[in-house]
Amino acid sequence: MGEELKLLGMWGSLFSRRVEMALKIKGVEYEYSEQEIFHNKSASLLKYNPVHKKVPVLIHNGKPIAESQVILEYIDDTWKDHPILPQDPYERAMARFWAKFLDEKCVPALWKACMSVGPEREKTQEEACELLSTLEGELKGKKFFGGENIGFVDIVADVLGYWVGVLQEAVGVDILTEDKFPVLCRWAEDFRNCPVVKENLPPRDRLLAFFITQSEMLNSLQQK
Amino acid sequence: MAKAGEVKLIGGWPSPFVMRPRIALNLKGVEYEFLEEKFGAKSELLLRSNPVHKKIPVLLHANRPVCESLVIVQYVDEAWPSSGPSILPSDPYDRATARFWAAYIDEKWFPSMSGIMRAQGEEAKKAAIDQVVEGLSLLEDTFGKISKGKPFFGGDTIGFLDIALGCFLGWLRVTEKTHGLKLLDEAKVPGLAKWAERFCADDAVKGVMPETEKLAEFAKLIMAKFKAPPPQ
Repeated sequence: MGEELKLLGMWGSLFSRRVEMALKIKGVEYEYSEQEIFHNKSASLLKYNPVHKKVPVLIHNGKPIAESQVILEYIDDTWKDHPILPQDPYERAMARFWAKFLDEKCVPALWKACMSVGPEREKTQEEACELLSTLEGELKGKKFFGGENIGFVDIVADVLGYWVGVLQEAVGVDILTEDKFPVLCRWAEDFRNCPVVKENLPPRDRLLAFFITQSEMLNSLQQK
Repeated sequence: MAKAGEVKLIGGWPSPFVMRPRIALNLKGVEYEFLEEKFGAKSELLLRSNPVHKKIPVLLHANRPVCESLVIVQYVDEAWPSSGPSILPSDPYDRATARFWAAYIDEKWFPSMSGIMRAQGEEAKKAAIDQVVEGLSLLEDTFGKISKGKPFFGGDTIGFLDIALGCFLGWLRVTEKTHGLKLLDEAKVPGLAKWAERFCADDAVKGVMPETEKLAEFAKLIMAKFKAPPPQ
């Protein structure tokens, strides 16, 4: 085949894991390279993503692709079996719309809601819940955002499928709960049980410890 | 070819985001009805069609709404595949490159440009200007690499990345005029400066790029809102 496929990633990053899920769906082999993302960024990372210096970066036959959603679309464009995006143009537009909503609004709002302290907390949590209600509404009646199988939106929603649950526990907040969002929580469980997801999630206790440390660091910074 | 009435676009003439789908529809030769929103008041149709963001542009194709400017552009490309040129490149790597830079423009470059308009104080303004200039230098390099000697990022015809960046040229000119700057400087970014002229002269763009004068007047209206000091 002569294909060279390498992923610069980070074990705890939900963005990095998206790419791994997609590659597993396609059944494509790749070399994984764990990256330092806070300090001591590798020469490789700086070379292959000079604009943002972030993971994930997919390097295909020496050519780098950065930004997780761009990478997911590239993977779908390149390996045609087991499509991740729908075929119909309107369905594709809907998938792209929701993926943008997740990354532009949900991910930052959830992070803020979990990391804010004091009087800010109530407001940021309310905002996060409002966004989740929108997604809850979008999911009703469907097994996955992608239909019968996971697709583009489900992969991009990995923050809800796993990461937010661990983050909530680390900081002691209740945002995505079964009583408030039964449909999303059911989806999250089904999502985690998919083989390509199950074998791709970072170990829970390690991620929990990571988030606790992050939260403590931020708290000490906020108090200064 | 869509029948008139089958395709509608909800938008406003000053918005660069609204310009994007208009250029795409023009490239594809698709007729559409332009439903102009009144500034300051959102129509029932807009609120119904884009309940999540309540923003323009919204494309209505046989009454089904598509929202988010670049999502709409890709939809237009895919819904009318045999009309006009392809908007996204055909090669997967070229497509990824176009998408990467479009994301950079929306997430980093455009916010830095609107940062100039909103900056309070000379120091903040200078910092914002420096960011925009740095971004343009990066985009100049990118243009050189991607266009490979052709007139546009998309090659012989306007493509996805041309649309993503080109829509901001009107506002760029207003910013230059308002602050006495030369951002698209032929000496510093010669490739982009010439590209900008070609882009604005293109048939698909000419009719939808607002005149700088008109846009500057409009900018005065909204700048009053932004420049008001934030409540303490």
